[in-house]
Amino acid sequence: MMLKAFPVLMLGGALVLAGCASKRDVLPPAATQPAPPPPAPIDRAQTVPPPADVGSRALPGSQAALVEAAGSDTIHFAFDRYDIDTEARSILTRQARWLQDNPGVNAMVEGHADERGTREYNLALGERRANAAKNFLVAQGVATGRLTTVSYGKERPAVEGSNEAAWAQNRRAVTVVVAR
Amino acid sequence: MMARILALLAILMAAPAAAQLRVDITTGIEQPMPIAVPVFPTPQNAPTEAGTTAELGQQVAGVIANDLGGTGLFRAVNQNAFPRLTMATVTAPAFEPVRTSGAQALAAGAVTASGGVLTISCYLYDLFSEEQLVRQEFTVTPAGWRRAAHKCADLIYSRLTGESGYFDSRIIYVAESGPATNRVKRLAIMDQDGANHRFLTSGQSMVLMPRFSPVDETVSYLSFAGNRPRQMLYNVATGQQRTIGDFDSMTFAGRFSADGRKLVFSVMRGGNSDIYSYDIATATPTRLTSGNYIDTSPSFSPDGRQIAFESDRGGSQQLYVMNADGSDARRISFGNGTAGSPVWSPRGDLIAFTRMTGPAFRVAVIRPDGSGERLLTDAWQDESPSWAPNGRVILFTRTERSGRAGLRSVDLTGRNDRRIATPMDASDPSWGPLLK
Repeated sequence: MMLKAFPVLMLGGALVLAGCASKRDVLPPAATQPAPPPPAPIDRAQTVPPPADVGSRALPGSQAALVEAAGSDTIHFAFDRYDIDTEARSILTRQARWLQDNPGVNAMVEGHADERGTREYNLALGERRANAAKNFLVAQGVATGRLTTVSYGKERPAVEGSNEAAWAQNRRAVTVVVAR
Repeated sequence: MMARILALLAILMAAPAAAQLRVDITTGIEQPMPIAVPVFPTPQNAPTEAGTTAELGQQVAGVIANDLGGTGLFRAVNQNAFPRLTMATVTAPAFEPVRTSGAQALAAGAVTASGGVLTISCYLYDLFSEEQLVRQEFTVTPAGWRRAAHKCADLIYSRLTGESGYFDSRIIYVAESGPATNRVKRLAIMDQDGANHRFLTSGQSMVLMPRFSPVDETVSYLSFAGNRPRQMLYNVATGQQRTIGDFDSMTFAGRFSADGRKLVFSVMRGGNSDIYSYDIATATPTRLTSGNYIDTSPSFSPDGRQIAFESDRGGSQQLYVMNADGSDARRISFGNGTAGSPVWSPRGDLIAFTRMTGPAFRVAVIRPDGSGERLLTDAWQDESPSWAPNGRVILFTRTERSGRAGLRSVDLTGRNDRRIATPMDASDPSWGPLLK
């Protein structure tokens, strides 16, 4: 209703107070307008101090510390293969160094396969991969008694999906820190 | 077990040799045989702990019709298409009214309760020759009524096909829930038709590949308890279980010999998998294969003289057959792609296996000499075959592209590929023996 009563004013963008429908409410031209008073100070709201800084650092000997130090706890494999490629070598080399720096923990190497192949074959293939990673760590100086292996075959994929990208991520060996 | 059959009262009456009715299940039939399965009458509607005898009369007929219909060989005719039977007409039915319903055979019987015991009679009539082909009586506790119904269906199936039945049996399998990346897998058992379902493990640790002994209530399975995958022996009746052998590494893929006395399985050591045979009574393992290969999925021939297995010794995963002492291994699969999970038929004539081409798996059969390979299924991922006790039907796992997994069965001709209903996703079925 107000829109209908003052279409021009509304179009001009002027502020019209509801209910004061008289000519006097039309604002004078800007040039003759005295400088507006400074805006009244807003009630000052209570301030909240910024959150305290939280320092975050992986605890020594934790999984996160291993990942931080080695770049990853996971290496990947080619289809139906269990040999350690160049990228995996550098990750495992750093993992071995970290394990030697953290003699208070042991590690379990989990081997996994993609979904192609029988349950039985993939359990064996996963164990081959875990064993290959373990052997590499031992060759780098980690005491063999600190390392165990377990295969989950195709039963614990890292990601869902039946495509090359998913399969590539699922063919892996994961070094899992365990308390000694 | 409360449900156990207490006694067999009557002996199967030998029927004349040349009955006309016959279902040939070896070639794959075009049309299922129409069979009438009327409600089983009761002399007096009496209450039992499993319901009234009138209710049971309906349910028994339902179980029999479901068992027979599920084979794809028979089709139950609508019960309204012919007159109800009475106590008097069960043993002397009027054949003509049933014949006009289109049925070729009549399965009939009655339910009687007396002194806390159910008596369920079971008759089969040839509607053309008007001969009585089956005449048997089962005595069960009321809770065991389903078993009497399955036994009646087994007799009918057996009389009409010439094969032993498989309805009074159970299936053990892995019930699955949760996302693929963190799947909960637990053992579950049910009757062959899905009834009496129960979970056997909590799911706290993963279990895989349960396999029934062909002779009793022992099951072997792979337990991941404590992140130590080990082959277990588990008696589902007593709950007793033990680890197979004393190995410091993974043992898996166990399967019983036909007499239930031995288990063949794989031992993983140093990245290699070898096949062992294990004498259950003496707890003695014997190593059968060696070499830098993955030798796994062993399965005894029914006579115990040979073992089928899968191996990558030739460069890719293929099927082999060797003598039971590990000698004379020869490759039997040569087709497209790879092959695994061989399971020897209880009849000895075929080996069921998983044929893999890339990510696509299908269930197939092959003769032990490597000839006559036939694909039985065609879907995304069909694997882990298991034989019915009579060697005519195969249970398997089907995984859809969506990742959903369930149980299915298919007959040897590749027909009647049907879903076996389970409460949640399911895999790795193993068909147990006919109950005693």
